[in-house]
Amino acid sequence: MSTQSIPPSTRAVRAIEEASIAPAPSPLKVVLRVASTVWSNGKARIGIIILGLMILIAVFAPLLAPYGARQNGFDRSADASAAHWLGTTAAGEDVLSQLIWGAQISIFVGLVAGLLSTVIAVLVGLSWGYVRGFGADVINFIVNLFLVIPGLPLMIVIAAYLSGGGIGMIIVVVVITGWAWGARVLRSQTQSLRSRDFVTAAVFSGERPFRIVFREILPNMTSLIVGNFFGAATAAILAEAGLEYLGLGDTTVVSWGTMLFWAQNSNALLTGQWALLFAPGLCIALLATSLTLINFGVDGISNPRLREGSKR
Amino acid sequence: MTSVTIAPGSADISAAPRIAGSGRGRAWGYVARKAGLLLLTLWAAITLNFILPRLMPGSPADAALAKLAQNGPVSEGTKAAIEAQLGVPTGNILEQYVAYLHQVITLDFGVSYTFYPQSVSELVSTALPYTLVLVGVVTIIAFVLGTLLGVLAAWKRGTWLDTLPTLAGSFASAFPYFWTALLLLFFAGYVGRLFPTSGAYGPTASPQFTIGFLGDAIYHAALPALTILITSLGGWILGMRNTMISTIGDDYVTFAEANGLKPRTVALRYAARNAILPNLTSFGLALGGVVGGSILVERVFGYPGIGYLLFNAVTNQDYPLMQALFLMITVSVLIANFLVDILYGVLDPRTRR
Repeated sequence: MSTQSIPPSTRAVRAIEEASIAPAPSPLKVVLRVASTVWSNGKARIGIIILGLMILIAVFAPLLAPYGARQNGFDRSADASAAHWLGTTAAGEDVLSQLIWGAQISIFVGLVAGLLSTVIAVLVGLSWGYVRGFGADVINFIVNLFLVIPGLPLMIVIAAYLSGGGIGMIIVVVVITGWAWGARVLRSQTQSLRSRDFVTAAVFSGERPFRIVFREILPNMTSLIVGNFFGAATAAILAEAGLEYLGLGDTTVVSWGTMLFWAQNSNALLTGQWALLFAPGLCIALLATSLTLINFGVDGISNPRLREGSKR
Repeated sequence: MTSVTIAPGSADISAAPRIAGSGRGRAWGYVARKAGLLLLTLWAAITLNFILPRLMPGSPADAALAKLAQNGPVSEGTKAAIEAQLGVPTGNILEQYVAYLHQVITLDFGVSYTFYPQSVSELVSTALPYTLVLVGVVTIIAFVLGTLLGVLAAWKRGTWLDTLPTLAGSFASAFPYFWTALLLLFFAGYVGRLFPTSGAYGPTASPQFTIGFLGDAIYHAALPALTILITSLGGWILGMRNTMISTIGDDYVTFAEANGLKPRTVALRYAARNAILPNLTSFGLALGGVVGGSILVERVFGYPGIGYLLFNAVTNQDYPLMQALFLMITVSVLIANFLVDILYGVLDPRTRR
């Protein structure tokens, strides 16, 4: 169809369309408007500040950490002191330094795995929402399968088979198990958008399906996609910590998850080193909470009912 | 030319031709469709469990032999004996698949590498009741409590009844499961000495149906249960609150209010009743998350359920046990989802079409 010459009537319709629609706002303006909507939400503002601080700590870890992450030789299992604010581990490492260096892994895994699962979710969700017939049924079945199979057990089993893998393995495992939810949400939105007039108009004007899906429909789902990214990143951070806590993955890497793994294995519960137990988990919780809080603001982009201050 | 016909209805895999018929016939059709889908999904999950280890580098037998080889050289005879003993699959992939399906149907998963000579089925059936009761009971409590709090939060929007549960809920659900568990274990178990620190029952007790044993078991399950409750409650509150806010804006709620009905009646019988349906759908899906989280919780508390067994299997590279446990967990979640689907159909006649 696309190779055929466009009939004059369609050309006329297009001319009218082009004349009547307002010029699309520039991408920069859109980003700024989205950012200000998110920032205007009190909860999201707290989330952005926490996330910003965490990223700064991770980036400037070499400057901030008093010691190296794996530098040992200090007193073992020592309590908090002036030299070691949060004490030392059973292997004689500084807890505070490990905490600061560990931020890099959690944030990296969260952002990368969140991004990758969002990309897969967008690709699958949008094409699935657009196609009909047998293809859609097959995708439906696969997505539903990934949705109902419990994620963590699947992750644990795959990680056990790939034993000895490092951060890369954890990211792969988290992405494999984490994309389905987003795909389903984006699919239902695509389905409801594809029956709108502007999509029908695009179909009649002979646009190719690929362009319709990714140029016409996709921009209307920005808030859903952004929300999906933060949700997937939260899930990735928690999953990574869980896998590392169980000792799957590289236990020699210093991250918040492996800190808790070593804390449990060195009986920090019995020796009463509360800082070693408390601090890494609190950091994971804060990071995950900050992303959840940002999502409160993201919800408000598309749904004014969820914006703060607006009453029903 | 791409097709522009807009077909009515969803693209559900089980979408059967719609036949006008009696309501009861349609209801049975719905159940049959869902049951068919369950069988298909079960088959897919069972097959995935078969394919997964074969996609991965290395084989279970190699892992077991590597373990033995640490103590000295392994002769060919020993190797063959071990492979036969541990039920290592032989033959081509199709024969293996048939043998595997036979194993699944007869629930015979061979012997555990770690707890040799105990059979995998024995180990699983000992551990299963603990997890089923713990996760099942706590999830239902969390669902009911969270949904009620969500209704309250949406109805009293903007007051402390909304802000407090929403914030606390979203903060608590961002807690890593195992960290909440570790904190409870540390403060209530080791420091406060209020609860036992591991196991499902005291060292002198043995599993039996007496009041004394059940009390002891509940006492031991308290901390794991509390952990799961704390971490899963927030999701229900938030989910219910958000759908409830949408339904509150709907015309029929405004109409009910305009008719002068009591606010409580409007909230519970009009708005909440319709808002609960989406929350129920997430119930089935959330169950998988709770089951996963319970693995970490059981590991922390040394609670002898499925999760702790899976942890042991994984750390010891006990592949037969691991495979059986993964299958067991998946099948339980699939069946629970099926039951939720049926319940949904009962509550919302529109889905039965």
